[in-house]
Amino acid sequence: MDGKVSAIVGNNGSPGKKVQAKSHDKALFYALLLPAFLLVTLFIIWPVVNTVFYSFYDWNGFGPLKNFVGLKNLRTLFRDPLFWNALRNNGIVILFSVCVQLPIAFLLALLVSKSSSRPTIFFRTVFFLPYILSEIITGVIWRFIYHPQFGLLQQIFAKFAPDYSYTGFLADPKTVFVSILFVIFWKYFGFHMILYVAGLQGIPPEYHEAALIDGANPVQAFIYVTLPFMKNAIQMSLFFCIIGSLQVFDVIWSMGQGGPVHAAETAVVYLYKFGIKSSKMGFGSMVAIVIFVICLLFNVLYQRVINREEK
Amino acid sequence: MNMRKGIVGIVAILMVVSLMVSCSGKTKSENSKVTVNFWHLDSNDLHYPEWEKIAAKFMETHPNVDIKITVLENEAYKSKLATVMQSGNPPDIFRSWGGGVMNSYAESGLLKDITNEYKNKWDSKIGEGAVGVYSYKGKIYGLPYTMGGVGIWYNKELLAKVGYNTPPETWNDFLDCVKKLKAAGITPIALGEGDKWPGHFWWVYLAVRLGGKEAFDKATIGNGSFNDEPFVKAGELLQELIALKPFQEGFLAATYGGDQAALMGNGKAAMELMGQWAPAVEIGSSADKKGIGDKLGFMSFPAVEGGKGKLTDLMGGGDGLVIGKNAPKEAVEFLKYITSVENEKFLTTGPLGIVPTAIGAETALTDPNLVAINKAVSQAAYFQLYYDQYLPPATGEVVKDATQGLFAGTMGPKEVAAAVAASYQAEKK
Repeated sequence: MDGKVSAIVGNNGSPGKKVQAKSHDKALFYALLLPAFLLVTLFIIWPVVNTVFYSFYDWNGFGPLKNFVGLKNLRTLFRDPLFWNALRNNGIVILFSVCVQLPIAFLLALLVSKSSSRPTIFFRTVFFLPYILSEIITGVIWRFIYHPQFGLLQQIFAKFAPDYSYTGFLADPKTVFVSILFVIFWKYFGFHMILYVAGLQGIPPEYHEAALIDGANPVQAFIYVTLPFMKNAIQMSLFFCIIGSLQVFDVIWSMGQGGPVHAAETAVVYLYKFGIKSSKMGFGSMVAIVIFVICLLFNVLYQRVINREEK
Repeated sequence: MNMRKGIVGIVAILMVVSLMVSCSGKTKSENSKVTVNFWHLDSNDLHYPEWEKIAAKFMETHPNVDIKITVLENEAYKSKLATVMQSGNPPDIFRSWGGGVMNSYAESGLLKDITNEYKNKWDSKIGEGAVGVYSYKGKIYGLPYTMGGVGIWYNKELLAKVGYNTPPETWNDFLDCVKKLKAAGITPIALGEGDKWPGHFWWVYLAVRLGGKEAFDKATIGNGSFNDEPFVKAGELLQELIALKPFQEGFLAATYGGDQAALMGNGKAAMELMGQWAPAVEIGSSADKKGIGDKLGFMSFPAVEGGKGKLTDLMGGGDGLVIGKNAPKEAVEFLKYITSVENEKFLTTGPLGIVPTAIGAETALTDPNLVAINKAVSQAAYFQLYYDQYLPPATGEVVKDATQGLFAGTMGPKEVAAAVAASYQAEKK
């Protein structure tokens, strides 16, 4: 930053003036930084510090903070099989998103990125539409679709497979999570697809032409030209995908609050249920801290890998 | 140069000031009107206008008051209320069920003590037991406008089809009735177990019938626990019922208003276990907005053979309003207005169909089912508030979670009792 500042003000006049100008622009620099700094401190750093503080207390959220329990909340959390169940569900969402959702989004992007003819634009829009819906509305719509008495699926089964007795996929602990995974896929694949489309359209066509003239077949051209160019887009979509999977909440909550019997609970649903709804803010803060640490670890690891590759 | 420095300084100051202003929130309005924030959860199309009407009437006679109503659906209400309570800014007057949840608010000083106003300035009188549910350590924090009990609501026509002209009175007879309904192709029981609290009624009621007041007192204030025999046995009896598969398809994800009440209101299911508000919600949730009319009957929960509880023991509760700590005196005035005999009569005869608490308003009751509930409340020797409101909030959640496990077949009777006992042990003070 400093280098840039002096470069801009730089080479006019004497060195003395230059120093003055420099300190002056430093003041401007800090003045402009101040609002953002205050906002971040007030709304991000301060709450995080507070949450860490609360997490050492047994506290219902509105009484005085007096019952210091040290790391008891953490021990309770790690001993709770439901928490591990929630983390395992998060793992499944990540695995599913990375191994199923992203490849399909990529394939679709390949199909709809080539031309700007009407059908391609149409499909691009249609695939992107679910992403525009709010999470809660998505949940409500799919609750209707899955509904055992008057849902769309029930109607379809009644028509084409009258022998099958449909009991509602959201009502069975064995099927509820898969059904929600499908909705997550439906909602977010369009977003990743658009990321890929943007990446694909940024590849100058000359490279492909050159590769084909040099005798590469389409598969080789894809592997040696398209993929390397797509590295940034893929990195970005992976990052969004994994962080999003760790934080997934609204869709699951609106499709049955993580139930029946905890079958679809993820870490944030667990936090909401056992922290806020149960009026145990101290414990909830500890859950939040653990989720925060997991996200932070992932972020650090991710940056490491990316940086190493760039070197 | 100096000017630029000056500009920098001004910009910095402006930014800081604007930030401070935006954080300090609202500036005082010139308006001298007093705003009363009123939160309730009667979100049904037929029900929320009732509160609007009462508020409008109140504002007519109190032109300096502006009542701002916030309506939320039941589950959303509970979630949002928990959040604003934690922020320390309760609404001025809001819906509560009394009991343990309200006590935890009162204990933290989030509610306003209205004992004095109620004892000296109230126009109506409310039964002592009902007021007690809204009192904590001798102080009154709110008042119920309706008080009733949970019992079995049944479709007379469907029960008559399988030979029951009078409803079953014992648990075994009840199970027989369920089997016959099932054999006749009728959904015996509607249940919205996705919401969990409708299912916890079954377990609690069986415990009430099996152990009576004695078992509950022993578990909560005596030297017993929820591991005691009546609570385990309640789970076993409930398992017998669940094994008959008496509920509609997909009941584990169903909701109370959208599914359970709609099934009853549309005449698709024969019975439900629900409180005094059931007929009103059935009507509101039914396709034709009419419900099943006089085909709907009410009976108390069946007696359990060998149980220590009496048939007159009642599990139930009231709907009431409590006053937030920062509320203006007009909020208390509004509560007084709502609980007046005249307005409770208005709510009794309207679509909300309450069982009123103000003494003298019960003459407005015409529905024989509600008259029966009103009688049951006044005759109950042991009145048990729903566990999810009576017990500490965290334990209430455990009761609901554990009973859902029983309904889903993932937990056994002993595990349910043990989970509740462990949570109560950890939460009680």
